Amino acid sequence: MIPAAFDYIRAHSPDEAFSHLQQHGGDARVLAGGQSLIPAMRFRLARPAVLVDINGLADLGRLELGRTALAIGAIARDSAIERAPWIGETRWSLLHDVSRVVADPVVRQMGTVVGSLCHNDPSGDWTAVALAARAAVVVRGRQGTRTVPIDDFLVDSFTTAVGEGEMALAVHFPVPGDRTAGSYQKVERKVGDFATAAAAVQVTLDGKGAIKEAGIALSAAGPCAVRVTEAEQALVGQKPTADVIRAAADAASKRSEPQADLRGSVEYKKNLAGVLVARGLRQALARLGVQA
Amino acid sequence: MSADVKAGHAIGVAMKRKEDPRFVQGKGHYVDDFSFPGMLFMALVRSPYPHATIKSIDISAAMKVPGVKAVITGKDLEAAGLGWLPTFHGLDKQMVLAIGKVLFQYQEVAAVFAESREAAADGAEQVQVDYDPLPVVADPFASKTDTVLLRPDREQKTNHIYHWEVGDRDRTDQTLAKSAKRVKQRIWFQRCHPAPLEPCGCVAFFDTMGRLQFYVTSQAPHVYRTALSLVTGIPEDRIHVISPDIGGGFGNKVPVYPGYVCAVVGALKLGHPVKWIETRTENLTSTGFARDYHMDVELGATADGKLTAVKVATTADHGAFDCAADPTKYPAGMFGICTGSYDVPVAHAEVDAYFTNKAPGGIAYRCSFRVTEASYAIERTMDVLADELGIDAVELRRKNFVKKEQFPYASALGFTYDSGDYEKTLQKALDTIGYQALLKEQQEKRARGELMGIGFSTFTEVVGAGPSKHFDILGIKMFDSAEIRIHPTGAGIVRAGTKSQGQGHETTWAQIVAEELGLDPQQIMVEEGDTDTAPYGLGTYASRSTPVAGAAIAMAARRIREKARKIAAHLLEVGEADVEWVDYRFQVKGVPAKTVTMKEVAFAAYTNMAQNEPGLEATFYYDPPNMTFPNGTYVAVVDVDRETGEVKVRRFLAVDDCGTIINPMIVEGQVHGGLTEGFAIAFMQEIQYDADGNNLNTNFTDYLVPTAQEAPHWETAQTVTPSPHHPIGAKGVGESPNVGSPAAFVNAVVDALSPLGVRHLEMPVTREKVWRAIREAEAGKGKAART
Amino acid sequence: MTDDQPAPRAEARITLRLNGEPTRVTFAAYKTLLEVLREDLGLPGTKHGCELGECGACAVLIDGQPVLSCLVLGVECDGRAVTTVEGLTRDGRLDALQEAFADLGGAQCGYCTPGILLTARALLDRVGTPTREQIREALSGNLCRCTGYQQIFEAVEAAIQGAPESGNVVNRRIRIVSDGKRGGDRLRADGASASAAEARRDPDRAEARAPGALKNVEARHE
Repeated sequence: MIPAAFDYIRAHSPDEAFSHLQQHGGDARVLAGGQSLIPAMRFRLARPAVLVDINGLADLGRLELGRTALAIGAIARDSAIERAPWIGETRWSLLHDVSRVVADPVVRQMGTVVGSLCHNDPSGDWTAVALAARAAVVVRGRQGTRTVPIDDFLVDSFTTAVGEGEMALAVHFPVPGDRTAGSYQKVERKVGDFATAAAAVQVTLDGKGAIKEAGIALSAAGPCAVRVTEAEQALVGQKPTADVIRAAADAASKRSEPQADLRGSVEYKKNLAGVLVARGLRQALARLGVQA
Repeated sequence: MSADVKAGHAIGVAMKRKEDPRFVQGKGHYVDDFSFPGMLFMALVRSPYPHATIKSIDISAAMKVPGVKAVITGKDLEAAGLGWLPTFHGLDKQMVLAIGKVLFQYQEVAAVFAESREAAADGAEQVQVDYDPLPVVADPFASKTDTVLLRPDREQKTNHIYHWEVGDRDRTDQTLAKSAKRVKQRIWFQRCHPAPLEPCGCVAFFDTMGRLQFYVTSQAPHVYRTALSLVTGIPEDRIHVISPDIGGGFGNKVPVYPGYVCAVVGALKLGHPVKWIETRTENLTSTGFARDYHMDVELGATADGKLTAVKVATTADHGAFDCAADPTKYPAGMFGICTGSYDVPVAHAEVDAYFTNKAPGGIAYRCSFRVTEASYAIERTMDVLADELGIDAVELRRKNFVKKEQFPYASALGFTYDSGDYEKTLQKALDTIGYQALLKEQQEKRARGELMGIGFSTFTEVVGAGPSKHFDILGIKMFDSAEIRIHPTGAGIVRAGTKSQGQGHETTWAQIVAEELGLDPQQIMVEEGDTDTAPYGLGTYASRSTPVAGAAIAMAARRIREKARKIAAHLLEVGEADVEWVDYRFQVKGVPAKTVTMKEVAFAAYTNMAQNEPGLEATFYYDPPNMTFPNGTYVAVVDVDRETGEVKVRRFLAVDDCGTIINPMIVEGQVHGGLTEGFAIAFMQEIQYDADGNNLNTNFTDYLVPTAQEAPHWETAQTVTPSPHHPIGAKGVGESPNVGSPAAFVNAVVDALSPLGVRHLEMPVTREKVWRAIREAEAGKGKAART
Repeated sequence: MTDDQPAPRAEARITLRLNGEPTRVTFAAYKTLLEVLREDLGLPGTKHGCELGECGACAVLIDGQPVLSCLVLGVECDGRAVTTVEGLTRDGRLDALQEAFADLGGAQCGYCTPGILLTARALLDRVGTPTREQIREALSGNLCRCTGYQQIFEAVEAAIQGAPESGNVVNRRIRIVSDGKRGGDRLRADGASASAAEARRDPDRAEARAPGALKNVEARHE
């Protein structure tokens, strides 16, 4: 339970952090919240030779709510989302929900949204939420800064579009339209557990009450979080009815390709995927005053 | 003296705990808080294989790690005659460090001693062990075939460890054969682990006098001293065991573990103090697990539901070594309590235990030696029988209860139940929970297709081991002891052979003394866990502290009272025969105005004792005449989510009868804590092994401990039926909630699913198991599940 | 030396505000705050239970927020304010939470207690008057194996009102005499001896002293 030896570097600017990462390449890891990295180091599953600590970079700790996007900096904590002044607004209900079930409340004090995305655990919470909300990650690379849509960002289990020597600076969540609500539905064995299954749902209604936009994603349903395009297609343009919801849920269940583990069998998790998408949709719609 | 507690008047008072001023300030002293100059740290190398021959161990790279002082292996220990450790009930022995082969994953293979924790960890990583894997036996039923012999070191060339039985097999079989109704249920009480929040650990050193000073997380420090002496050959007077504050035990800190022996050897070899503190993974994978009983339970009954016979045949998985911490004569502990609270004419119980390539153990997880398995077996199967008979589970229980007037009750399996009023306890539970209203609600919900369940457990425990004619550990009889000294000012000190791990002995013991002697409990200091000062006792587990040591304390106090009576007579200027103890003071018979307090007598015992021996102290070794039999009625109310299988425990009521209550706050806390553990066992906890013998629950990510969110809200109530043979009528309570609650939870879930034809679910009752049961039932397989 | 043999371990030096006091400490750089507190700063009140961030026994406050000291490197704490259980007591006075835990049975073995006290302190500082649900939620990162949490919840709720009267030695909630004939909220100590003796003679009577029953009585008096 003691990490192997490593060098520690405290960065004083993003540039400095970046240059250290460039210098040490694959031997270096960024230390942000550390809530996944340090346990892995204690188990000696991770043995980075160099840790580049970015916790001193206050600029990366900001939550900036602009006109079109919410920017969450690389060291903004889960707890900051949970307590953001706007978190009670219906349009942010997906973020509201997830910020209350990521890990446990003490871990959320240090854990970061961007770190969770970069970790890209197959059962992570933020990855599915970012998919449903169509977020994008700002990555600093040798060619400068680029914005990577979340669908391209999540490459494979524990692998993202952040290359060797690169670092993620922020994630951008588009500001949802007026008649938008979401829901994050997670089945976990206990607080602090990874999801047995989870569904992130976000819907926007048009003036006539039909679904204008839909984001549906699953966690613990494959190598990494997965968008259920078939479910989104089943919803967009439709009036929200029980049948439409059932179609989306069935699509989710079909799309889910989970691993059997101590949390449950493939069959059970596929069932949950459908159940949770349906519940998420009903809850999101209820938040918009629609019973379906 | 404080404003709100008078002298005496101490039993039954929710006195604040005397240990809490230090605990709430973080000033408890736990074993890892002790450090000594020159202290070395030990790390253990553990086997990644469940079963493998050790071809070679190369320690050269480890010895090159800066700071590493020594590495010892099984061969080194064997050469020193320390290769094996006797297990507590004396039926087996355990390797300290692997000799020749490993028998379970995470088995101790080598010990590394270094100047720092990190150097020890680095060194352990560098010990190179060459293993040759052997076929793995991960299942006790596979073990029965003896295809792979796991323990060639033993004389008996079989994986079968022991057969134990009690009762009348022939009569039970005959009775079952002619019973109008018969049900049979295979029930597995899964392997689980007590997982105290503080892992196990020790610090060992030899002081300037050459005495071993051994700080250790031990629930039974005196037994450790004797065991260490027997194993190492160090004379017992040269061993000082100190069990400081303990961060929870629940049975896990009863056995002597290989790491302790290694630390002592390291301290001896290197001449430095050695500290060894387990990691969480080491705790979960190598120290005492609990349960793992596969039980075939059979009940016979008349057509109208009167029990005719109980039969239980068990296959027990003991892992690689039989380290079950049971009394010598009882390899299956108190399993004979499996006739429960019921008047059963004839019964038979048997247990066959087998070795497997799993961690050794078989300790009690907050229960008295297999009482939990037994209670679960009978309480679960009573519901199966009720289902078969088509009668209410409560009515079936009531019909079969041992009646109040039958106590003391001789059970078919050899226990003499001391006291109880099961009918009253049940009725109190029914009234408190509002059973009729719940039944009505359930009926309405069922009509709507909703799944709601009500589960009962009306259990009886057997605790307080135990009478010396039957009970010993390593041959040492299971008495317990107390020594009380009253100082000249009326303050005092109590020492006992027990060791609190959170149960609040410092408070409870003071209350008993204060009550018996009319003194201020705030001025009675309690000391436990130091073998140099405390009288010999067998320790704290199996709900034995209050039944045995609590009795010893009361009896020692009464001895003091008798001595004090002589001095009181002198002070009151009457003959001893004319002095009586009334309302917490001595009084001249029939003359209420002529009294003297214990405080006054205490002063006189040192200043004005006349012809009497000076001082005021007494020691009592209490050999209990019988066990005590706490009991209760527990009710769980659950709602089940059809789509996810999620079970919500909406209400839970525990009505306990633990005899006289000494401190209601502590009793309530014990009940809450035990219920939460019972909840965890019922729904969350299992140490699982895959078919290859890999442990799958090696940390708190996968071995689940309920958080503040999962833990249900607990409702509690009591009935009080004192134990007739205990000096203050107390029976013990720490384990009742863990023993009684699993059946209530599972019965409630099965009740919720019973309209679908579900008759049994195995613990832990996970969401998936529930979901699957519902789905299979709805797919028409429900009928099949009943057979 | 093979490739994976450990490299020499570096030392680190930081300055932090520890329990209100500016503090400078030098330690092996690999250490998490948990080890730095326990081994280098001589503050053993912070406990280790799993060292993987799963149990909460090591929770401390950093800049007023509860964090798991086993998952924060010591070097990360340069310039931060760290509060441990040793810092909850101010000028010899216990924090209201400490008083309430002792008053209401919030601690049993005491091992999770420091972490829970600090997490609860942060909750009360942030929310003021949390509901039972908020308390449950906030404490769900801190495992307790002994209490089942209920007496902890009650203690946190009690502490919302500030420290209980000092010097009492009997539990606030359960101490009340349940015998209706005596009437009113009398300290149990006044009647306990009689009922204790009766408990042995008359079980029915003794039941009235049971905590559950007392709760009901208390409710009637409220």
